[in-house]
Amino acid sequence: MLRFAALISVCLMLAAPSSAQQADAPIQQLIQSQSDLILKSSRRSIGPAIDALANSGLPEAQVVLDKWQTREMWVNEETGLFVYAEEIDRDTLRIFDFADGSEIGVVSDDGFDQIKPNSGIRGLIGTALVQFQLSDPNPETRQRALDAIERGAEESHLAALRASLASETDETILARKKRLERLLTIAYGATNQERIEAIQSFGGDLGVDVRAALNPLLAVRVEAAETLPEADDIGRVLEPGSEVLSRDEAYELLVRADLAKPRISLEDQRNALIENISDGQVAGIQVAMLDSQSARDMAYAALADQGTVTPVATEAEVDERLANHVFYERYIGAPPEVVVAAQLALKSIENKVALNQTFDLSLDALSLASIYFLAAIGLAITFGVMGVINMAHGEFIMMGAYTGYVVQLFIPDYTLSILVAIPLAFAVTFGAGVAMERLVIRWLYHRPLETLLATFGISIALQQIAKNIFGTQARPLTAPGWLDGSLVINDIVSISYIRIAIFVLALLFLALFLFVMNRTRLGLEVRAVTQNPRMAASMGINPDKINMLTFGFGSGIAGIAGVAIGLYAKVTSEMGSDYIVQSFMTVVVGGVGNIWGTLLGATMVGFLQKGIEWFNPSNTLAAQTYMILFIILFIQFRPKGIIALKGRAAEA
Amino acid sequence: MSMKFLSTTAAAALLVTTLPAFAQDVSCPIKVGVLHSLSGTMAISETTLKDTMEMLVDIQNDKGGLLGCELEAVVVDPASDWPLFAEKARELLTVQNVDVIFGSWTSVSRKSALPVLEELNGLMFYPVQYEGEESSKNVFYTGAAPNQQAIPATDYFLEELGVEKFALLGTDYVYPRTTNNILEAYLKDKGIAEEDIFVNYTPFGHSDWSKIVSDVVALGADGKKVGVISTINGDANIGFYKELAAAGISADDIPVVAFSVGEEELSGLDTTNLVGHLAAWNYFQSADTEANEEWVASWKERMGEERVTNDPMEAHYIGFNMWVNAVEDAGTTDVDAVRTAMYGQEFPNLTGGTAVMLPNHHLAKPVLIGEIQEDGQFDIISQTDEVPGDAWTDYLPESAVLKSDWKELGCGMYNTETETCVQIKSNY
Amino acid sequence: MTEVALPRRQPFALRFPSVMVFLAILALFTVGVTILSEGFGIGVISTSFVKTLGKTLCLCLVALAMDLVWGYCGILSLGHMAFFGLGGYAIGMWLMYARTEIIVLESLAAAPLPPTPQEVSDGIATQIFGVVGASEFPPIWAFAHSLPLQLAAVVIVPGLLALVFGWLAFRSRVTGVYLSILTQAMTLALSLHLFQNDSGLRGNNGLSGLQNLPGLSEVPQSIVSMWFFWGSALALALGYILCAWVVSGKFGSVIRAIRDDEARVRFLGYPVETFKLVIFTLTAVIAGIAGALYYPQAGIINPAEIAPIASIYLAVWVAIGGRGRLYGAVIGAAFVSLLSTWFTGGQAPDINLGFYTISWVDWWTVLLGLSFVGVTLFAPKGIGGLVDILIDQKSPNRHGADLGPDQGALREQEADK
Repeated sequence: MLRFAALISVCLMLAAPSSAQQADAPIQQLIQSQSDLILKSSRRSIGPAIDALANSGLPEAQVVLDKWQTREMWVNEETGLFVYAEEIDRDTLRIFDFADGSEIGVVSDDGFDQIKPNSGIRGLIGTALVQFQLSDPNPETRQRALDAIERGAEESHLAALRASLASETDETILARKKRLERLLTIAYGATNQERIEAIQSFGGDLGVDVRAALNPLLAVRVEAAETLPEADDIGRVLEPGSEVLSRDEAYELLVRADLAKPRISLEDQRNALIENISDGQVAGIQVAMLDSQSARDMAYAALADQGTVTPVATEAEVDERLANHVFYERYIGAPPEVVVAAQLALKSIENKVALNQTFDLSLDALSLASIYFLAAIGLAITFGVMGVINMAHGEFIMMGAYTGYVVQLFIPDYTLSILVAIPLAFAVTFGAGVAMERLVIRWLYHRPLETLLATFGISIALQQIAKNIFGTQARPLTAPGWLDGSLVINDIVSISYIRIAIFVLALLFLALFLFVMNRTRLGLEVRAVTQNPRMAASMGINPDKINMLTFGFGSGIAGIAGVAIGLYAKVTSEMGSDYIVQSFMTVVVGGVGNIWGTLLGATMVGFLQKGIEWFNPSNTLAAQTYMILFIILFIQFRPKGIIALKGRAAEA
Repeated sequence: MSMKFLSTTAAAALLVTTLPAFAQDVSCPIKVGVLHSLSGTMAISETTLKDTMEMLVDIQNDKGGLLGCELEAVVVDPASDWPLFAEKARELLTVQNVDVIFGSWTSVSRKSALPVLEELNGLMFYPVQYEGEESSKNVFYTGAAPNQQAIPATDYFLEELGVEKFALLGTDYVYPRTTNNILEAYLKDKGIAEEDIFVNYTPFGHSDWSKIVSDVVALGADGKKVGVISTINGDANIGFYKELAAAGISADDIPVVAFSVGEEELSGLDTTNLVGHLAAWNYFQSADTEANEEWVASWKERMGEERVTNDPMEAHYIGFNMWVNAVEDAGTTDVDAVRTAMYGQEFPNLTGGTAVMLPNHHLAKPVLIGEIQEDGQFDIISQTDEVPGDAWTDYLPESAVLKSDWKELGCGMYNTETETCVQIKSNY
Repeated sequence: MTEVALPRRQPFALRFPSVMVFLAILALFTVGVTILSEGFGIGVISTSFVKTLGKTLCLCLVALAMDLVWGYCGILSLGHMAFFGLGGYAIGMWLMYARTEIIVLESLAAAPLPPTPQEVSDGIATQIFGVVGASEFPPIWAFAHSLPLQLAAVVIVPGLLALVFGWLAFRSRVTGVYLSILTQAMTLALSLHLFQNDSGLRGNNGLSGLQNLPGLSEVPQSIVSMWFFWGSALALALGYILCAWVVSGKFGSVIRAIRDDEARVRFLGYPVETFKLVIFTLTAVIAGIAGALYYPQAGIINPAEIAPIASIYLAVWVAIGGRGRLYGAVIGAAFVSLLSTWFTGGQAPDINLGFYTISWVDWWTVLLGLSFVGVTLFAPKGIGGLVDILIDQKSPNRHGADLGPDQGALREQEADK
């Protein structure tokens, strides 16, 4: 019934407004004339339509471009008239006339098609809108204009930008405008002098935009000649067979410039031979003999002698041609003086870039190290201090992460939910750890290898249970808004806040660990029990209780680590197994039984992995392989890890 | 009298010969094998497809079954263990005697089952977008070949977004490797220089993306517009998109188009920071057609309101319905008869238009490009006409000369240059 | 010359009746399967089940190796499935190469020009590596054309890796859990390496179609599967005899002594490292051979097979079967892997609890995991312990020392509790 009423009202509304639209207003006429292009909505062909609107001089054109860009333009399927609209809900629109901005009415969206410009077209519209927006009273609009210039600068923007400088009142926008003006001058400046000055003004600036402006100036074309021409715009001389110019490329260049005979590919050669088979022979050679490359070369040469195929260059000729020519780069991006200035500027920038990249890489490595440390610290307690191999450690991490996910289901506020999730994750995994210690591990203290097997059994059972409960799909664990984004030091060095938070958390845990072990009664008792359980027992310490608490503590920390790791990566039932081997490595490399060793181990593993990634940026998998290999070798030579315990403690 | 007697016997004989013939070809119930992992790493994606198949079988049974028989789904679990795909396929075909198999997700699992399918002349429908370079007599590929997903998306980057520099990021396995090889060749063909193509491979489930993301940002240093083509698979996407969002990279600066990210993957993360990034598929849940609305509604009714539909599900939807129609046309579930009846089968897509089964065992389907929205759905911004799936890509020299035509040539790997069939079986 | 001084030794078979019993059961089993098979018998057992049984025999063989290295020598290696996989890769390379070569030669024979060696090799490479986007042979395929060389590689590659790794590890006295973690790291590194496409072994895709023997495409799989079944049974029998012989003599006493107290053996003057190295390498070779028989039956090998978890499962089989006795390993491997097949195959009936239905596909892994815990806690002797009860064998009095390997076992006091 309700739906029926709604339908009627929509129909009524639909009937009323269409007459109210001014179909013959000049702006509507203009849009209509471009309607085909607009509806086709392709970046390749849209140019004329945007130009027509932008250059029309009509005051409404800006509104049209604006609404078009923000996807608020709709077309009436029946009449083909364009309107802009607000979406009231999924099915209803409030539509407006472009001619005077007046509301036409509220209609169903059935008769209307939304114009959806893709981001390429949106960029073009933005570029066209720049001229209207640079002096707009609204600072946000001016910022948008500057964004558009950054994304797609045109020569005309330079004049417009300069004109708008005088009237700019906002300090930050003015600074941005000035910087953009200099960047545009580099590209489009009228005189070389002007451009060189603009280039020099950026000495040592690290912005990607600066390099983006300078690099095109250094564009080169490789050319070949018998002698090196004397000219200002000649860059490097290239050696054929070097890394920049392979022999094949160099020869290809000569062939294209008609300076040498072409070579033939093996496939073309074969086809040529096949075409010339007659009576089971090619140029007098039996087809059956042509089963080696040298025989085919001979046959082809014989055909060439007969004149049936075009002769091709032999290896000797290729060598000779290459030796007779010089290959060099010619600058085509800018006049020579500008190139020199750009080269100088880039050189000074590049040194700084290299330095900053190293710094950025170190930050990444540090961040990775803190993640490894966080994953391993619980293990440093259960394995390092107690000597219990807990293969289910990874699953405690997973349990922590799922706790975070469940908490977020109930508490929608992300900040609050994380604050709740952290202690809760600790509690849950502490409980699980204590239960596991009581039920399984305490029977196996004398049998470390069997602990490994039993905890492995628990690990696969827990993984499968998590799958049965939460499904196999990755679950979201969303960081609070204030952890979004990253700390940007400059265009090269930046690190996301979430990684900083993990780093801080890792430091906090380190402090907590040190405090508990060295400053509390529990820590004292733990150390006593680890060193000599019988002696400790005779001093009135209950080793059972201490073992239980220590194990719970280690597991609890793993749970918190799980929340942190879930925030930065993903929550799946298999996330634990991603970290387990690495965590053991971290502890073993660092030296069992020493938290500083674990810290050093994590740092070493993190830096090593990033270092290898830097050497071989296109294959991250190789980095992991080499890292493990390195660790295996490292343990061969320092079996007790970086920090080896000495004396009595080592035997405990 | 004798005439009457004769005609009666003739009729009886006819009856006798037709009825058993009918019963011979179709033994009730008709069994539909479902070979999707329900445990292990791939269960994430494949369980959904098992549910889809069960739903399709139920829907068909509600319609009255097939050839007068009930359909029965025989579900086995190859447990994401590739050798098990071969073993379970053999079991389905020889022990359970299924009439058709719907299954596999990863290429390696398909390659594992292939020899068994070819040996026992089984029939499998494979629903996932893949790297091409294969056309088996016993498999129908209802997912996209590279020219139905990767190439159109790259064209979109080149033409619509004006991208001049490409970062091809992928998980290190066969689909990204081959796709990126094809794309590299294609881009060079389009005049993109080798140094403007950056390729990187990461392991499955990779989570530490900061360096790779900053490498991609640094690509912009020579003033060319950068775009990312991502063949990153599964869970690893979550970390990648989180890092992308943290680095504040908007789709207007560096657009990312993904081939393995659909509604299902996006449900694992908060998409507010990813709005505007792209994905290319043959289907999006947001497709605005009646058939799709009905499909989504029945899926949600069966599985729960928060569940989403995705591209491989549509592939199974089309594949299953085509198979049903082919069986009806052939009047039997016999593999060879059904295969012949499959060629030229048409079935409406959920996104509008009609899918056609080609003689190379691939579908002609439209290619859709969608922008990620805040609610984890895709806004379809580009939809092509039907693109015929190409088993052997035209952009790699070795396979440019190959073509597949099971109907006319009876060969899945036919060398057009030498005009010979390279091999009847597939290279696994 | 010392012949006289030694007490007269009983024949091998009499000293170890369990070996004879085992061989008899194995022979009976092989004959039984042959009679029931599709290929040579009445067709009660399907080809796919014959393959499963054949593969199980290979798993028993590698479990035997694991028992030797862990149950007898006390080295809990979590890397033996890596050796198993390497054996599979070695034979797989030849199988792929030879099969593809036949196809390529056939197709090139139809070409108007006879093929050059380069064209043949390119053709094979394109067929094999086209799927991973390459068309050239990586150097490690240099011997793939030759069956004898690749068969040698089945033994040499795992053996050499074990030798180098073992030499490094034992030399620096890495023992106990550290060694376990180290071997696990080795497995992980190897599988990560093979996962890369650049490794030259087709990355994640691995080698496939291995069940099709080159040149024998006309022979049906029902026959081929029986050949491999017999091969596996023979290998298991020989492996069993070899292992029984190794653990029987003085050598066996020394390795058991190393398991029980390594330091003491060293002080007695035995080169402990050499003994461990020999056992480690020998078992790696056995694992390699088992792998070479296993993968042609499985049909495909890829790096996931080498993942650390596989080796842990191997240890679990041996633990469940009962380590320190050879038949225990065989029982464990056969029992657990067949049970796994049954449960994950969806044949096990679901249990309806009214409010919840336990579907075994989902819950089997949980049960398996918990049963490890149960076995380690309550039945350290594993299933093999049942035999002791059966023949009423008493444990030797060991004065409260460990009952099993390297501080790894139940102590007598605990057992008596």
